[in-house]
Amino acid sequence: MLRAFPTAAVFVFLVPVLTGLTATVFPAFGLQPGLDDWSFDFGAWRDLAATPGIGRSIRLSLTTGIGATMISLLLVFSFIASSYDRPGFARARKFLSPVLAIPHAAMAIGLAFLVAPSGWIARAISPWATGWTQPPDAMLVQDSAGLALIIGLVVKETPFLFLITLSALSQANMDRRMSVARSLGYGPIIGWVKCILPVIYGPLRLPIYAVLAFSLSVVDMALILAPTTPPPLAVQVFAWARDPDLAMKFQAAAGAILQLGLVASAIALWSCAARMVAWGCRPFLSNGRRGGSGRLAAIIPGSGFVLLFTAAAAGIASMAVWAVTWRWRYPDVLPSTWSITNIQRHGPDLFAPAGVSILVALLAAGIALALVLGSLEHERRRSLTLGRWVMWLLYTPMLVPQIGFLFGFQILLIRTDLDGTLSAIVWTHLLFVLPYVFLALGDNYRAFDERLAVTAQTLGVGPNRIFWTIRLPILMRPILIAFAIAFAVSVAQYLPTVFAGAGRWETLTTEAVTLASGGDRRITGLFALIQALLPLVVFAAAAGLPAWLYRNRRAMQVAHG
Amino acid sequence: MDKLGTLKLINVGLTLAGAPLFAPLTIDVSADTVTTIMGPSGCGKSSLLAHICGTLPPIFATSGRVELNGVDLAGVAPERRRTGILFQDALLFPHMSVGENLAFGLPAARDGRKARHARVETALAEAGLDGMANRDPATLSGGQQARVAVMRTLLSNPAALLLDEPFSKLDAELRARFRRFVFDHAKARGVPTLLVTHDPNDAEAAGGPIIELTLG
Repeated sequence: MLRAFPTAAVFVFLVPVLTGLTATVFPAFGLQPGLDDWSFDFGAWRDLAATPGIGRSIRLSLTTGIGATMISLLLVFSFIASSYDRPGFARARKFLSPVLAIPHAAMAIGLAFLVAPSGWIARAISPWATGWTQPPDAMLVQDSAGLALIIGLVVKETPFLFLITLSALSQANMDRRMSVARSLGYGPIIGWVKCILPVIYGPLRLPIYAVLAFSLSVVDMALILAPTTPPPLAVQVFAWARDPDLAMKFQAAAGAILQLGLVASAIALWSCAARMVAWGCRPFLSNGRRGGSGRLAAIIPGSGFVLLFTAAAAGIASMAVWAVTWRWRYPDVLPSTWSITNIQRHGPDLFAPAGVSILVALLAAGIALALVLGSLEHERRRSLTLGRWVMWLLYTPMLVPQIGFLFGFQILLIRTDLDGTLSAIVWTHLLFVLPYVFLALGDNYRAFDERLAVTAQTLGVGPNRIFWTIRLPILMRPILIAFAIAFAVSVAQYLPTVFAGAGRWETLTTEAVTLASGGDRRITGLFALIQALLPLVVFAAAAGLPAWLYRNRRAMQVAHG
Repeated sequence: MDKLGTLKLINVGLTLAGAPLFAPLTIDVSADTVTTIMGPSGCGKSSLLAHICGTLPPIFATSGRVELNGVDLAGVAPERRRTGILFQDALLFPHMSVGENLAFGLPAARDGRKARHARVETALAEAGLDGMANRDPATLSGGQQARVAVMRTLLSNPAALLLDEPFSKLDAELRARFRRFVFDHAKARGVPTLLVTHDPNDAEAAGGPIIELTLG
């Protein structure tokens, strides 16, 4: 019975990715499964190459994707190296989960509200500093270099990399290693770079590749923040895939394969560069240079983090302000007329998409949790140790660009009459939710004090009852946090909803992305605000519930967090 | 309960990666004594107890027979063996109250909630912890937690009691008192008891046969 869980989990993963990829490859070469036409045709590729601006699209994808990944990673490493023993470190940890929980689309909308020519930042410094009484005709959002997109990606990816690095650090015994390095006279930054970074880079490789792949192929954030003429490759492919002209499907498939190639090359490039840096820096490790106190150098990453959290908070705040705005003249810092009319008028429109978002997220998170708990319990009972391939498998949906296989997977859903059904949406969400649940829960589950289970067993209680009465209640906190992460990941999904839902299901995310391209900031703000608040509320509940249930159990409050 | 219960180890040996941990061991643990096994740390004392409980990880290979009241324990699930064990730490379940911990040990039986409750209260009184049923185990002192752990194990009606250095974390004064408490309760119930320790004082206080584990 329990053996079915890992099998089911692998099935959930591999079927959409493998079949989706296959179903993308065929049309890219002119092959139409079912039409019995088995002649290769490179027409789609010729069309692709002839697309005006395709070169710029590719370059834009590469610069924004690689740029955002490098900035995020440098920010995380330099912040931890310079602040690991300072109070700012603990504070950053606290703010991490909320920023991580905010969906990409909402974050992008919030940032656009801040940095647009008519946004909050421009208003705050106008007209006294800029002389602007009209929004300037400058592309501050959707700028042709993709800077706005890079900023958006950095704000979302830095917390993720920070969290992953923290977990790698706890396994690498950072505090003890650093005490040794410091007692040998090394400054915090040089000591960290020489003693910690080389140890943790290995386990960080896959998450970094995932960030790279995501940044190179992001669609929802790019629709809001990236330039449109031409857009990044993934957005271009997405537009072709949605084109009602069936002939465009072949070009879309070819574009999806190109996107795959782009991600694969970027990962290969990154991996080569990392090896070369490691090789080139070998002598640096033992050259005896101790480095200084690093207090001055700490200012840059420190303020980077402050800026990042401030931008996230201000973005949310600006959405909230817009939601209750009636009239807001430029360049006033605040609206001149506040009103809840907007909420009264458009609030009811929220119910249906919010309902779908919540339903899909509850189902996806619930199924993911059941699959992961079942697999972990199976692994434990059989004393299995998972090989490295499991980690690669887990990261597959995050490494393969969504557009690369969702397009093909949709073709299969259509053929099996599943497209546009709730099950299809939940399944595609599950694909992206499951890895996070596994990553969030795995270590906690394996770190469970087995002596408690042995004690229960010698008291005459069987493994199944131990699972329900001992293991789950004691692990309630990490389990609920994993559930909240899963919920947030599902709520944020854009492409999977669009592809699997065949446009028939509107969620808060699809609505917010659609509204963002429209004009009315009051409605966009309202939808994006609710989209951002939903996962935050679930996170608060996930943290609050065990704290309340176990308010009279001291050992449950810290030790088992 | 079988007053004349015995725990028998017949030529029991443990091997890890082909290397035996100690020379094959034959012991008769009778109901009215506490038998002590002594040996340096790392000689496999705890693994031997895990083997008796049926919770030894499969990387160990085992030989010989373990019999409890004449029944070969090989292949019997740990929860059906009725081998109660106490570790260094009390290992009270952190999410349950003291009373719930004790009730967890009680076998499910036809006696209603009231009767169970009464048995828990009696056990608490025996341990000098009257009225502490609703307390959070984390708020108890180390000695109190240790006594709750003993009562929880005894309430599960074990056919044998295994002690895996349960005294080693307590300070000297508490230690002597707690030792007395455990031994008295074990003897009063006529449960064959096997103590594993590296402290000669524990062995002496146990007052039963002492077996030195020698490396195999």
